Amino acid sequence: MTIHQLSIFIENRSGTLIKVLDALKEANIQIIASTIADTADYGIYRIICSEPLRACEELKKAGVAVAISEVFVISIDNKPGRAADAVKAFSKAGIDITYMYSFLNENRGLLIFRTNDNDKALQIIKENNMQAISEDALQSM
Amino acid sequence: MTDYSSPYFNPEHETLTREQIEALQLERLQKTVRHCMNNEFYRRKFAEAGITPDDIRSLDDVRKLPFTTKQDLRDTYPFGMACVPLRDCVRLHSSSGTTGNPTVILHTQRDLDEWANQVARNLWMVGLRPDDVFQNSSGYGMFTGGLGFQYGAERLGMLTVPAAAGNSLRQIKFIKDFGTTAIHAVPSYVTRLYEVMKEEGVDPRRDTKLKVLAIGAEPHSEEQRQRIEQMMGVKAYNSFGMSEMCGPGVGFECPEQNGLHFWEDYYIVEIVDPETLEPVPDGEIGELVLTTLCREAMPLLRYRTRDLTRVLGRSCPCGRNHIRLDRMRGRSDDMMVLRGVNIFPIQIEKILMQFPELASNYLITLSTDEENDNMTVEVELAQPTDDFKQLLDLEREIRRRLKDEILLTPIVKLVAKGTLPVSEGKAVRVVDKRKVYQ
Repeated sequence: MTIHQLSIFIENRSGTLIKVLDALKEANIQIIASTIADTADYGIYRIICSEPLRACEELKKAGVAVAISEVFVISIDNKPGRAADAVKAFSKAGIDITYMYSFLNENRGLLIFRTNDNDKALQIIKENNMQAISEDALQSM
Repeated sequence: MTDYSSPYFNPEHETLTREQIEALQLERLQKTVRHCMNNEFYRRKFAEAGITPDDIRSLDDVRKLPFTTKQDLRDTYPFGMACVPLRDCVRLHSSSGTTGNPTVILHTQRDLDEWANQVARNLWMVGLRPDDVFQNSSGYGMFTGGLGFQYGAERLGMLTVPAAAGNSLRQIKFIKDFGTTAIHAVPSYVTRLYEVMKEEGVDPRRDTKLKVLAIGAEPHSEEQRQRIEQMMGVKAYNSFGMSEMCGPGVGFECPEQNGLHFWEDYYIVEIVDPETLEPVPDGEIGELVLTTLCREAMPLLRYRTRDLTRVLGRSCPCGRNHIRLDRMRGRSDDMMVLRGVNIFPIQIEKILMQFPELASNYLITLSTDEENDNMTVEVELAQPTDDFKQLLDLEREIRRRLKDEILLTPIVKLVAKGTLPVSEGKAVRVVDKRKVYQ
């Protein structure tokens, strides 16, 4: 139930972000959601996109240092408190959320997160009747 | 004809006892000193030191001779240290001269023959035979690693491919198409070649016939060598050369890989304290000083190489009693002095290469930030990662281990693979941007 996310190591230098975006544009890859986490010297640019495996190959060809990681996407009601409910469920089960970001799609909230234990996280998602989004479903949004 | 099954290319010289080596050295030293009297520069030096060729009666008398330096070569540029007429010379190699006059080294035909013999002896020593295919991926032209290995590999009798440096895709095609079994290159280029192989889906173990690498011309750590051996799946032997002596060939590792044999039928090896110029005991680090014993065009007496090393021994399970020296610690003029601490780039490399998370390319930058001098070590990550904590932990651990080694804390910057400049000749490892206060 996990989906593929691109993780790109970028230095804080002008031109590095453009190199990534241009390569994706050339390959006709569509970005669905993205976020940059940064330190003083470098950042990690995380991208959910169409055809992630092909995107990864194209970026490598363009000389971009890219890794694929497995993340969950769950769909929640776009109402106050729903994200808190979701995170609480993981927290109670002792699962660490390494990072999380979110976006809106047709009035649904989508939470993207990575955990330290994907098997256990999947169990919690099922037990709590959370709506995890598959890669196919995400692509057709 | 040389016996293919013999481990020695020149058995009569390689297997001499210590006594025989020293007797031969004395005879050749006396001849060399007499030959130097053909040259005005040396006649003046001898007069200043109050010596004549007759004063060389034992091998220890080499210490009566004056040292020569790179500055002497510059001062006498271009032909002032020739001991034969120019018409007897057939080759000239010159250094780049980025720091003053370039230096010129002249060769007679016999000098070239002896040079080729030393290189052939080295390559034979590590198991290469006339059936092998030798690809020389080293710069040609004035850089002696090109022609030096070319003539040496031909002398041994190998099919020799003068591929020169760079154009990695073509190099890989040659390796596959020609069945290359041995490559000579600078160590940083071997790692570059491996990266390109990986990108092209070429596995050196599966897709090539490689069995030996000769690496040299750049100081490199034992850790770097092991990394190269792991990548390519073959033994990598350390080669020492310097254009002043001839070029590559002067010293080379035997299959024991326990120090480089320096050929004492060709050179007298001394290790001296760079400050006092007095000999240091075996095992202690000092400056390598070489005296040529077989050169006609430009013999050099007690040449201060600026390379730092130490004596490991004078015998070896391989049957050669030629002196074994440790890998070069770097050159005394490569030494960085930062906030009063002496640091060699090789110390930094040694630490970086111990981290499997890091690739082989790195760059040390010295800069002045307000009043303080700082060192920044940029190093490429082997694999991109999604885990920030891992990166920060890695940075911290590198900083800690570097501090243990060099006694001050550098700024460590992890960079993506392929970000740092790649050179196809000798790698540039240190950039000094410090302000100099007078």
